[in-house]
Amino acid sequence: MLKALQIEPVKCTGCLQCEMACSYEKEGVFNPAKSRIKVFNFHEEGRMVPYTCTQCAEAWCLHACPVDAIRLDAETGAKIVLDILCVGCKVCTIACPFGTINYNASAGVVVKCDLCGGDPECAKACPTDAITYVDADWTGLGRMRDWADKTATEQPQA
Amino acid sequence: MGWHGKILRVDLSKGTCKTEDLNKEWAQSYLGQRGLATKYLCEEIDPKVDPLSPKNKLIFATGPLTGTMASTGGRYSVITKGPLTGCIACSNSGGYWGAELKFAGWDMVIFEGKSKKPVYLYINDDEVMLLPASDLWGKSVWETEPAIKAKHQDPQIRVTSIGRAGENGVLYAGIVNDLHRAAGRSGVGAVMGSKNLKAIAVRGTKGDKPHDPKAFMKATEAGKKVLAENAVTGQGLPTYGTQVLMNVINEIGAMPTRNWREVQFEGAAHISGEAMHEARKSDGKANLVTNQACFGCTIACGRISKIDEEHYTVKTKPEYWHASGGVEYEAAWALGSDTGIDDLEALTYANFLCNEDGFDPISFGATVAAAMELYEMGAITKKDTGGLELNFGSTEALVTLTELTAKGEGFGKEIGLGSKRLCEKYGHPDLSMTVKGQEFPAYDARGIQGMGLTYATSNRGACHLRSYTVASEVMGIPEKTDPLVTEGKAGLVKAFQDATAVVDSSGLCVFVTFAWSMEDIGPQIQAACEGDWSIDNLLLMGERIWNLERNFNLAAGMTAKDDTLPKRLLKEAAKTGPAKGRVNDLGKMLPEYYELRGWTKEGVPTNKTLDRLVL
Repeated sequence: MLKALQIEPVKCTGCLQCEMACSYEKEGVFNPAKSRIKVFNFHEEGRMVPYTCTQCAEAWCLHACPVDAIRLDAETGAKIVLDILCVGCKVCTIACPFGTINYNASAGVVVKCDLCGGDPECAKACPTDAITYVDADWTGLGRMRDWADKTATEQPQA
Repeated sequence: MGWHGKILRVDLSKGTCKTEDLNKEWAQSYLGQRGLATKYLCEEIDPKVDPLSPKNKLIFATGPLTGTMASTGGRYSVITKGPLTGCIACSNSGGYWGAELKFAGWDMVIFEGKSKKPVYLYINDDEVMLLPASDLWGKSVWETEPAIKAKHQDPQIRVTSIGRAGENGVLYAGIVNDLHRAAGRSGVGAVMGSKNLKAIAVRGTKGDKPHDPKAFMKATEAGKKVLAENAVTGQGLPTYGTQVLMNVINEIGAMPTRNWREVQFEGAAHISGEAMHEARKSDGKANLVTNQACFGCTIACGRISKIDEEHYTVKTKPEYWHASGGVEYEAAWALGSDTGIDDLEALTYANFLCNEDGFDPISFGATVAAAMELYEMGAITKKDTGGLELNFGSTEALVTLTELTAKGEGFGKEIGLGSKRLCEKYGHPDLSMTVKGQEFPAYDARGIQGMGLTYATSNRGACHLRSYTVASEVMGIPEKTDPLVTEGKAGLVKAFQDATAVVDSSGLCVFVTFAWSMEDIGPQIQAACEGDWSIDNLLLMGERIWNLERNFNLAAGMTAKDDTLPKRLLKEAAKTGPAKGRVNDLGKMLPEYYELRGWTKEGVPTNKTLDRLVL
């Protein structure tokens, strides 16, 4: 079963444990500046929203890369950057409509979420289940269930 | 590594920034943050210095767990000599700024001297510079943060700054980071203002690494599990914030009301954590929008609130219709119960203004409460207040005084000096509910006896965060003691004081101690830092820090006579509730406390004690 990151902003508290877990896994250091997942704080509305690559099926970044440095990991569905091939041209960062692939100046290559090979650290670190790793075909299941419950509760009983 | 081993020294008089190696020997004896910065301050300034003079120094310090995956590991402290008390001042804040300073590669920033013109410090990893802030002077925290981010075209900068209160010398002005997290107490913001320092803007991209990563991940993961499974840190605090206490403390008759004349507030339920969740009659929405965590925190007790747009305080002010930091328990108490006001929306508005212009809602609310009592007894008149009626329960009085204090105008100027100076000026020093010049927080020491000793002996003046014996006396953590009994409280207070000094020096939030003992905390520190951080060693260090602070205060001119409580708590009995008929029996606890501390009857650490603590 293919799995995907499911993000539920309403559960996010803005603690940034995900950003630290990501940077620690990828760079060996607690450093949100090097995280592939970012939490945005819309302070005036009181909303915290984690955001990262959704691993598009037809990935813009992958198609835009002139040196084929972005490949599909068939096992996880992740689009991964092969550092050894990446020339740091940044065309993929322009192609991505969501901004989730970015250039890392100190490494000279682009970086993006690779789902940690199928065991994403951000999901494990999230204390409130705002980020979970679930069946890719059913990322809506939890919300569907909540609405189903609501519908049943609010229906006038015969 | 725990420490980066690097501190930044900024001479504001000369306009220079210098890098120094961290004193590793001191780090082994004082860990970081509160302890280590206090050591630096004590070594570098004359304890008798005028707190608002250029000779005072102002230190921003992180701990070894700041900027790590340890839950709550994002704290920093500001250490200086405080203008409200004349004692050591150490004020601790969460949010994201402390971790950012660490990520930029700095353990600590020491400010000395005074700038001729307003400046702010900009730190971008190793790049540091003092930049002009004349255009920011006169602006609030809420204007300063976005202005600095816009100027550097970098939305990821974290800012800590003072508002107009700090500029205007409000003696309990705080320093506010991330718009609503504050090093709030003891007037550290007034010291910052006296140095013409408006803000510190930081962008850090270096990150942080523990000394033993494998052990660190194991210890911090275990710690997070304990927090999640604990009723207080896993449920009570995320759901209700510290406001979970409002109804509880009121029921046990320890809710100071109307400047501590009474111990129970009839309006408590209206301003409680539960009330923040209820749909308002006016617009059907709750005051509380969500809870929010500080950096790295898996508890997430922070309150994010929206004021009812139809409420008269903001009806014509759409600039206050957005969400921001809502009332925590201490603020709700000081602005509400202590002034006799039960209008949650008005309290939220006053709290917004305290954040916006950077002043401590505890000391502010308590000073307004003192002014109300002076007004009702005729010691203050409308002539003094500029025509304002200051009766208990007057929402209008509270709101107007909040606005005036923020702006430094009218009677707000006198409120900004705190309740001790106010009550002295108007001839009733006994009515100032303070110790060493700092206003009490939200726990009546007649109903919770240990808190009387806590307040009387706190090194920064009346404070709940130096030894929160409420945990034991009310909540049963780590074990239940009777709040009305004095026996055993001297030992309890000492144990809490020493352990809290450890937590405050580590980069962690003191709220972890609702669930964590030293057995949970020790391994996290040990894995993060080089050296011996056994529990025994840590607790000895906590005691060392306490005595170091004590010695600073003694050298500054404090004596055992200052370890006392206002007459109201020692002579006027509680009128209602479980503590009815009781006063605080400080006299029964204090001598035993001195003895347990290894101090003389005059409250001075003996040579034997100093030797034992290697001081």
